[in-house]
Amino acid sequence: MHDLAFTRRLFLQRGCALASLTATVPYFIEQSAMGMLGNPLLSSNPGVPDERILVVVQLGGGNDGLNTVIPYGDAEYYRARPQLGIRGPGAPVQNGQQSALELNQARGVGLHPNLVGFRELYDAGSLAIVQGVGYPNPNRSHFTSMDIWHTGRLDAKGSGWIGRYFDNACNGTPIPEGAIAIGRAAPLAMEGEVQRPISFENPSMFRWMGEELHASMKDPYDAINRAGVIGAASSAAGSNSGKDTQKAFLMRTALDAQLASDRIRAAVAKQPLVQYPGHGLARQLQTIGAMIRDNMPTRVYYASMGGFDTHGGQAGAHGNLMRHLAESVKAFQNDLIEQRNDARVLTMVFSEFGRRVKQNGSGGTDHGTAAPTFLIGPAAKPGVFGAHPSLIDLDQGDLRYGIDFRSVYTSILEDWMKAPASKILRGDFVNPGLIRKT
Amino acid sequence: MSAHESVEASIRSTAHFMGQNTLQPLPKKDFTYAAAQHLLNRAGFGGTPTQIRALTEMGLDKAVDYLVDFGELPERSSGLDFRGDIMRQPTREEQETARRARIAGDEETIARLQREQQMRERTDRDQLASMQRWWLARMIETGRPLEEKLTLLWHGHFATGYRTIENSWHMLAQNGLLRRECAGNFADMVRGIIRDPAMLKYLDNDENRRNSPNENLARELLELFTLGEGNGYSEQDIKQAARALTGMTFRDNAYFFDAAQHDTAAKAILGRSGNFAGDELVSIILERPQCARFIATKLFRFFVNDAPQPSRDGLDLTERLAKELRDNRYELRPVLRALFRSRGFYAPENHLAVVKSPTQLMVQTIRSFATPTRDMSALVQAGDLMGQQLFQPPSVKGWDGGRAWINTATLFVRQNVVVYLVTGRRPQAFDWSPSDMAYDSTHLVEHLRDASMSLDPEEATRSLLSFALAGDADAARLAQLNGFIGGLGDTVTDDRIKALLCLIGAMPEFQLC
Repeated sequence: MHDLAFTRRLFLQRGCALASLTATVPYFIEQSAMGMLGNPLLSSNPGVPDERILVVVQLGGGNDGLNTVIPYGDAEYYRARPQLGIRGPGAPVQNGQQSALELNQARGVGLHPNLVGFRELYDAGSLAIVQGVGYPNPNRSHFTSMDIWHTGRLDAKGSGWIGRYFDNACNGTPIPEGAIAIGRAAPLAMEGEVQRPISFENPSMFRWMGEELHASMKDPYDAINRAGVIGAASSAAGSNSGKDTQKAFLMRTALDAQLASDRIRAAVAKQPLVQYPGHGLARQLQTIGAMIRDNMPTRVYYASMGGFDTHGGQAGAHGNLMRHLAESVKAFQNDLIEQRNDARVLTMVFSEFGRRVKQNGSGGTDHGTAAPTFLIGPAAKPGVFGAHPSLIDLDQGDLRYGIDFRSVYTSILEDWMKAPASKILRGDFVNPGLIRKT
Repeated sequence: MSAHESVEASIRSTAHFMGQNTLQPLPKKDFTYAAAQHLLNRAGFGGTPTQIRALTEMGLDKAVDYLVDFGELPERSSGLDFRGDIMRQPTREEQETARRARIAGDEETIARLQREQQMRERTDRDQLASMQRWWLARMIETGRPLEEKLTLLWHGHFATGYRTIENSWHMLAQNGLLRRECAGNFADMVRGIIRDPAMLKYLDNDENRRNSPNENLARELLELFTLGEGNGYSEQDIKQAARALTGMTFRDNAYFFDAAQHDTAAKAILGRSGNFAGDELVSIILERPQCARFIATKLFRFFVNDAPQPSRDGLDLTERLAKELRDNRYELRPVLRALFRSRGFYAPENHLAVVKSPTQLMVQTIRSFATPTRDMSALVQAGDLMGQQLFQPPSVKGWDGGRAWINTATLFVRQNVVVYLVTGRRPQAFDWSPSDMAYDSTHLVEHLRDASMSLDPEEATRSLLSFALAGDADAARLAQLNGFIGGLGDTVTDDRIKALLCLIGAMPEFQLC
């Protein structure tokens, strides 16, 4: 076990270059990995958390952008939404609905009154608001539009944009625990051709439950599943040792799973430094905060929140969603500050589309198009980017987008992840400069 | 695919004198218990020791016929009671009401109609969920396992997802088509699929009209269903093929040929010219050797070996399967019969060489250990967590299969679902109901009792390991299990067998069949 842990640590510290050997372990690593230790070309700095992290927060169902970043200066907004429209800053409470929080008076835009945490982040210079984000020929199907955002392709086909970031960054070999999603299934965005995300809904599920049956089962289980890479493995792997057989592949993955499970459960067992609220998103971000604090080698985390498909009775429901979102993200940001990790974490909040300009007959809104995207953290260049989409010049009743979502990705990839955006996105998109220059 | 093509020529020139005809029948004496188990795992979902012994005794030819000629077996799976009218088109009257309400700005009526529509959609999602349970139960119960296995293969091949078409009845009808044609003629299956409402909707052929062709179905027909991506066709062929498919649409639940929307002008497709419609298009495509090879590769990866790089023998077997397909004019039964009799199918390199799909894992565990089915909803959910939701393939590409099934997260679910099936204990924090269905696992070792009816624990352990891993009782694994069972005492009890099954189910190689 000692040797095994040592080898594993090498993977984590040395990053891709050494991890790439997993493609040919167990056999190759015994032969050559140790010889690579002195290689000056491997420059990563063991134990120092200098790597930048991206956290993606997905708002599923189509968040009503017009009631998130509110164009209170535009009378057309209130004409289209006589009941749902949220009044401008300073207006008296009406039917229990508070007025918008001021964001930018000159532009006449404010924030949903429940986005108090976002307003604080904005004041602290840690919030970039990108208005009117979308893409040409908007698709109004949840699934297709979400797939378009995930793949970064208008035909919604192929691997995910984050997955391709890894594929590209790691030269065709996956980084163990490189991408972690909290949720039942891994998001398409994180699926690369090579990189596969780890996903779990609850860290306590990310383990074998057989040992609950009888304490005596733990040792044989460990022996069975931790034999995947070196020395001890060769007997269990039999004559297949060293070859890329189906069995060897499964042995490697089983070992990875055991180590990831240990690592993740150890990380989340610690009490957080700040109090998180009880919302679902907050719990996910708390788990992510714990993993960041524990210096996991993870570069991209994914959290999600549903319920944004507000076709009816929107006012109350959307208000709650806004409050949960802001409180959760703010607590996460506070946690990162306490950890002194805030400077190396950038959070992006997006939804697959916004909603129609006009409210519908059920006190809700139907599927629409362009909507705001948020970047959060000290790395985000603070401010409001892009013009608010016109409420008059519409495309079949929907907003016209001003900034392509792939431009937002470009900014993140180029200026934050330091990756070749046009290669990953298979196209050149204007970089709107959403990241502070360092 | 390119690997197949590049090696193809060398195989044709060398295979003959190397004497390596992988499609030659296995010598009859080699059809051992282990071979019969391999056959039952691959051509079905495994079986109990008793069932494997029965298959062994049939001998190779009869055993293969028994599985392949499933049309002669009684179908014992339960019938179903699904509705075809949940997502029906609105009647003329209803359309008129909606139209009037929109014109009059009658928000109340518009809202009511919207609510009714949402209610129908919810009912339909519920029906889809019960169809998922129904199909899984059918795979567990069927006496015709190859039929369900092939239906699952073609479901992933002609992948259509419910979430896009939102009509459970159309998914069910497609499932019926694939089951009906699963071992028949591949050409009939393709001709059926280009008339299948679910597929027509999924790939937008209901919008493929004479004056505004939609290429979606044509593209996937060539790329994913018949020839394989980039295999001897051009963008121009796709455009022309789309024209041949214009007007093929559906009305309510049935195929409808809208002659007014069909492009009757001449087309040039894959080097042929004529006034082709859908059926001629299919014939032209299937004449291409690439098609037979593409389908043969699919069969090989599904039934024989899904490692990333096929071996030389694997390529040989694929090429010979392709020739069988062509020689049999795409009749699938004779090809399957030849495959399941072949030496290549039973070759050591193809043993434990296919990663069990999530469905295979669950159904095979239930059928071979003879566990209770537990809670079908929990199994459907587990399938989802492992990456396979029936009627919901991730995209038109279907499931990638093979190693793509396995990652650090799905591996734990796979291990835990075995624990759930064997013990009825649900994983902590899982949303699965615990099950107290009785399960007596001792039947798996009954045949090992000696004259005095006693049972040697080490012998029982070896037998269980060998059984669960299709003959692969590795010495190191055996030592790990014996260390465990030895520490528990010297009698074999139901609890101890279950503990062993859970440990064996947690072995990485248990994911292979």
